[in-house]
Amino acid sequence: MNVYWTRNWEKIVGFAFFLPSLIAIIIFVYGFIGWSGLVSVSNWKRGAEPDYTISGFDSYARLFGIGEKYAAGIDAKRFKTGMRNVVGFTILFIVSCIVIGFTLAAILDRHVIGEGFFRSVFLFPMAISFIVTGLTWRWLFTPGDSNIGSTGINLLLQNFGLSFFNPNWSTDMVYSIPADSGLGQLLINIGLGWFASPTFGLSLGVITLTIAAAWQLSGYTMALYLAGMRGIPEDLREAARVDGANEWQIYRHIIIPLLKPITLSVIIILAHLSLKIYDLVVAMGGEGQGFVKDMPALNMWDTTFASARFAQGAAISMVLLILISLLIIPYLISSLRQEEER
Amino acid sequence: MKRFLSIAVLIALLAMVLPASMVVAAPAAQGEDYTVQADDWLSKLADKFYGDSNAYWAIMAATNKANAEDASYAKIENPDAIEVGAKLSIPPNDEAVAFMADFDPTAGDVSVLFASGAKGQLLVGNWWTSGGEFAGVNEVYKIYRAENPDVELIHAGIAGGAGVNFQGANLTKLIAGDPYDTFQLHAGLEAELYTPETYLRPVDDILAEAGVLDVMPEDLKALLKIRGNTYTVPLNIHRGNVMWTNTRVLEKAGVAVPATFDEFFAACETLQAQGVVPLGMGTTDGFELGHTFEVALAGTTGFETNQGLWNGSVSWTDPVVAQALENFGKMLDCTNEDRGSTGWVGGIDLVINDQAAFNIMGDWAYGEIIAKGALDYVTWNSPPGNQNLFFLVSDGFAIPKDAPNPENAREFVRIMTRKDAQENFNMNKGSICARTDCDYGVFPEDRRAYFQSAADDFASSRIVPMVAHGSGAIPAWQQQFYQIVNQFSSDRDVAAAQAAFVLAAEDAGFPQ
Repeated sequence: MNVYWTRNWEKIVGFAFFLPSLIAIIIFVYGFIGWSGLVSVSNWKRGAEPDYTISGFDSYARLFGIGEKYAAGIDAKRFKTGMRNVVGFTILFIVSCIVIGFTLAAILDRHVIGEGFFRSVFLFPMAISFIVTGLTWRWLFTPGDSNIGSTGINLLLQNFGLSFFNPNWSTDMVYSIPADSGLGQLLINIGLGWFASPTFGLSLGVITLTIAAAWQLSGYTMALYLAGMRGIPEDLREAARVDGANEWQIYRHIIIPLLKPITLSVIIILAHLSLKIYDLVVAMGGEGQGFVKDMPALNMWDTTFASARFAQGAAISMVLLILISLLIIPYLISSLRQEEER
Repeated sequence: MKRFLSIAVLIALLAMVLPASMVVAAPAAQGEDYTVQADDWLSKLADKFYGDSNAYWAIMAATNKANAEDASYAKIENPDAIEVGAKLSIPPNDEAVAFMADFDPTAGDVSVLFASGAKGQLLVGNWWTSGGEFAGVNEVYKIYRAENPDVELIHAGIAGGAGVNFQGANLTKLIAGDPYDTFQLHAGLEAELYTPETYLRPVDDILAEAGVLDVMPEDLKALLKIRGNTYTVPLNIHRGNVMWTNTRVLEKAGVAVPATFDEFFAACETLQAQGVVPLGMGTTDGFELGHTFEVALAGTTGFETNQGLWNGSVSWTDPVVAQALENFGKMLDCTNEDRGSTGWVGGIDLVINDQAAFNIMGDWAYGEIIAKGALDYVTWNSPPGNQNLFFLVSDGFAIPKDAPNPENAREFVRIMTRKDAQENFNMNKGSICARTDCDYGVFPEDRRAYFQSAADDFASSRIVPMVAHGSGAIPAWQQQFYQIVNQFSSDRDVAAAQAAFVLAAEDAGFPQ
């Protein structure tokens, strides 16, 4: 029995242990991705019975409203609104999580009194499911009626004498900053009128989703950053101070660059969460009037399982997959490259 | 290590082989099985085991009961003829004595000798999980369990109003070949969701056998037929177009119940001026906007045109659709501003709490009115233009072709057609029977009046299958309809909504 044989034996055993999960992944991930792709170009458009005859990219044409007929359809409208919402939501959500999480981490990293207590408090929301978070925030964001009286956050605003600021939150049906409002006029005057057009606008409904989601996950972001900051040796800060850097410069030129891998992970983790967001939106009242809170994942469920239009539903999920791949694949490439360099 | 493994494998193999080789002919005794030998007859065996040659009836009953669960036991049709090699079940002495004390072979009723044969499971998929809905279906379960004690009935409920969550789960189970034994669906075109020719079993024979075709309303029978076959056994009828009215609020405001759209909008203005929400509404359950628009549409167009829109004989480009959209838009202006933050229950709650005057919803809302003690001051009227129209929503059950226990499912839906089952179900669910001969006098006294009036209206009105609850259009069309109305509720773009309606109708197979 020589060493060479033993090593090969270990390789074989290792591969044998790995094989079941490899097969499972090939079937249940890549196999089903391929199957969804097939369904999306198939003729399975009505009813439960599968029909795999290829009918081309009709489903995609409907989603993107290609041609006059499909452009007038509700599928194209809803999909466009959903895509705008999910991209807007993802950007707002990630930016707010990173800003809040980083700030909290930076404060806690200064060894404040009761650090352990605050760390737990900030992290706790993550232990709650999106359904519970969504339901609670839904109650808070119920605006009330001018005849019946305000409720939730608006009642709080009213009690503080801020009743003139009376947002409709999740029931708001306006997509954009209205062109005739003060802010809209300002944007138009400075040549940024596009931002006041309905094509760009995000509804208040998406803002409420962002607040709820950021409340839940900025604590998690904080924990990641805090772990990263604790890994930065104190010597580096000392050295910078000796060289005359102020606190801001230390963060700007030392801490933030060193935390770049963490920021990258945070972006990937949060983005994949937000691109496929479903439960939070359902708990906060669904797609909303005029689809102000609609997300492609909701659209996909409705289209596939409530309408039994499987081809169309699969097309939505394929678009979502491509969207997520745009984010994940560069990340995978960069991390593989880093591993090679090591 | 290797030796240990080999020994373990050997032991495992031995363990598998041993029991088979150790089987020896054990002498039959009371409470055990017995294999019939040559020259055995039942009374001789009864004498041998119990000392009572008459007790052969007990052996016959026990064996038939065992046969129902395990086919290796003999089925004894005639106690004078048993075959050599047949496996009998010999009950213990006290059981046999107890059986003989009850059994009188001269009485003529020998059913106890033959087990019903119903056994195994009955998996009932539905979305009735709470309140009056569950109480209602539980009444049907009670009847089924009493009559089929050996069947394990499993209530597989998935919560979610109007089956929104259930349908998706059911659909995937059906396609995967692992269906429920019987599952709930709305009567009418909702069956198209499940491609009935492929996945469902026609129930025409069951309805005919049960003898209910004569007492089923003709409109309902016509609605249930899909390309010549019936796939749904209906359990109830709900009215979809009721305008629930708070009489206290109307009286205080000095407003009469409006019958036309013009009267409604006038009442709306008066009520708003007095700080009352005219029309309470919620939208988050997904169907409410479409539901209300459908009622407004029929109220604007009248019965014939409305029917034409859904069967392709009237185009959605018709100006009357634009008129209906205008009316609907004005109705939305009469609702509570935060309708987007609550569901249909929130809408009826506004009426119950004296905060709104009207709410347009089906009569499932009556359950809320009863539960919240508002029977005294909340009454029912027709929505504007809906006099003589009865929007029909009906719940029923279908049997999948691949049902694991088809016989049990068949018996379950057969029970559902019965008058006693429907009365007990509907007085809890708050709907009227899917048969014309129900006695609403047995319903609880305080709510009898509504159901009697609904039954009368059903008999005298034009019946409109409701799209918003699966009866009037195929699911793909229904969902697009919901979405178009939802979009309209926000942008109020009449032309865009009409253009989208046209595409949706064309998709459903009705060229415009």
